[in-house]
Amino acid sequence: VSLLLAVLVAALFAVGVYLLLDRVLVRIVLGLTLIAYGANLLLVLAGGGPGTAPFVFADRGTDDFADPLPQALALTAIVISFGLTVFLLALAYRSWVLTGADEVENDLEDRRIARLRRETDADTDELTDELDALEAHLPALREPEP
Amino acid sequence: VNALLAAPVIVPLTAAAVAVMAARRVPLQRALSVAGVTGALVCAVAVLVTVDRDGVIATQVGAWPAPAGITLVADLFAALVLVVGLATVLAVLVFAIGQPGCDDESPAFHPVFLIMTAGVAMAFLTGDLFNLFVAFEVTLTASYVLITHGGSANQVRTGMTYVVINLLASLLFVSAVAFLYAATGTVNLADLASRLDAVDPNLRTALALLFLVVFGIKAAIFPLFFWLPDSYPTAPSPVTAVFAGLLTKVGVYAIIRTDTLLFPGDLPERLLLLVAALTMVVGVLGAIAQDDMKRILSFHIVSQIGYMILGLGLFTVAGLAGAVLFIVHQVPVKASLFLVGGIVEHAAGSTALSRVGGLVRRIPYAAALFLLVAGSLAGIPPLSGFVGKLALVEAGFDARSFAVVGVSLAVSLLTLFSMVKIWNGVFWGVPEEPTPQLATSVGRLRTPPLMNIAAGALVALTLAIAVWAGPLYELCTEAAATLVDPAPYVRAVLP
Repeated sequence: VSLLLAVLVAALFAVGVYLLLDRVLVRIVLGLTLIAYGANLLLVLAGGGPGTAPFVFADRGTDDFADPLPQALALTAIVISFGLTVFLLALAYRSWVLTGADEVENDLEDRRIARLRRETDADTDELTDELDALEAHLPALREPEP
Repeated sequence: VNALLAAPVIVPLTAAAVAVMAARRVPLQRALSVAGVTGALVCAVAVLVTVDRDGVIATQVGAWPAPAGITLVADLFAALVLVVGLATVLAVLVFAIGQPGCDDESPAFHPVFLIMTAGVAMAFLTGDLFNLFVAFEVTLTASYVLITHGGSANQVRTGMTYVVINLLASLLFVSAVAFLYAATGTVNLADLASRLDAVDPNLRTALALLFLVVFGIKAAIFPLFFWLPDSYPTAPSPVTAVFAGLLTKVGVYAIIRTDTLLFPGDLPERLLLLVAALTMVVGVLGAIAQDDMKRILSFHIVSQIGYMILGLGLFTVAGLAGAVLFIVHQVPVKASLFLVGGIVEHAAGSTALSRVGGLVRRIPYAAALFLLVAGSLAGIPPLSGFVGKLALVEAGFDARSFAVVGVSLAVSLLTLFSMVKIWNGVFWGVPEEPTPQLATSVGRLRTPPLMNIAAGALVALTLAIAVWAGPLYELCTEAAATLVDPAPYVRAVLP
């Protein structure tokens, strides 16, 4: 098994996870794409070392074949991650159309519950202001679309 | 070749394909959808009867012999969950047809719903780890479409979280399969069960943990549940109902299947019991903090998953039988709670506890249904939840795991508390800031009869589970016996 490929898989996962932790949607999509590349490479690596193409000929044995199964699995995984990346991009675009921001939004309901907790305390103002600013910024979230 | 096993997957898929061609012809699509799910349910019942009579049955897709080909296999566990799952899907489908504006506004609803049904059936029936990944993807891709179906800002926001977290889990799944293949050279579950014996125990533990994380995200166990209570409540009620009833249970099914067949005893001791206790406690505490009916119910999905993991963590025949029985009871109960929530939302315009109230007089039928299933969720005798919890508690005492049993009983009380909170907020009292529907009308509120019939039928199913708990528990014990000793499973796949 190639050490270079193993290092490459590790690097793809690391960079992908780093991008995934961002709030910008496009970076999240890119991060997931990189992790998908890493996972697919890992599948191919799992099949062992390189070999000849797995065609059965009368005059040749099957001993030096590359393992075809992980390649078939990787192909399936590639198709699935490709389709879902496109779906994610469409979602990100829809989010941009609706809110004008290419970012992950806060869970308003969760913030509201948190505010209910804090209202008995004295220092609620800061959180309340933050929430009000958030709600003013995102009027579209208050009511469902007509 | 036993073609019966493939039918619960193929029938809904075929119906989906035809339904795509019948786009914009709503009555035809509805007929196809109901026919597809009913057909799959009939085949699933036939599978259950066959498995109960003959033991584990398996079929090789395309007649490629295992372990090279894809195997479909049904033991009692898979058959039981499949039957109850498809019955729930059928009831939810009828509810969706009855709810105005749910399935008739987009030509995509019925095909996507059918594809999700096929994916769930395939996840229960597959005997191949990579095929399980494909089944998950089929189910999830359909669910992505359903959860963002309306395209409103709230749905896009929560849908984004849902898609990203599930996609990450799927990529981890692919990586885990790659590691497992590198270690053993096969992805057939029955073949893996024997080959994993030769693998280093430490590596087995690492793989078991990796798979626990992968399926734990899908099943929403502690601490991987955070995406669920945010994303589920924004979808239309029938969609939330089928997600709540089935999708997390597919994750639990995969956890139980892999941990009994592939990695028995490989997880650190008591890890699953600890996870189970924390899942129960954190889920129910989250539910208590909420003040919207659908969000309370969403946190309870998490809490109830803990009971299933508890049964697995005990790892005795009685514990696993309790877990199987609990899944069988939980699928229709959870779905029908969300269907009642759907009726409330349709009649009153909201499910926020502050905006609705006094509905026991306005929609008494829904209130009665809610009492029956909420009591079942909390485990009040003689409803189905009591039977499931009794089986788990007895198994816990037999295994001398007193602490986790105590936790599960305390969580039951808290569950009852939050059900009473919903009852007080939605069905009793007066709303603080009533919705327009409630403020401008008096007397009974009208709800479409089909919605009432579908929710009532599902509640009747939960009552039937309670009535026939004895024979059902015997079936679950048989299923658990095959889980603890998977020799019949392996023999059926690799003769």
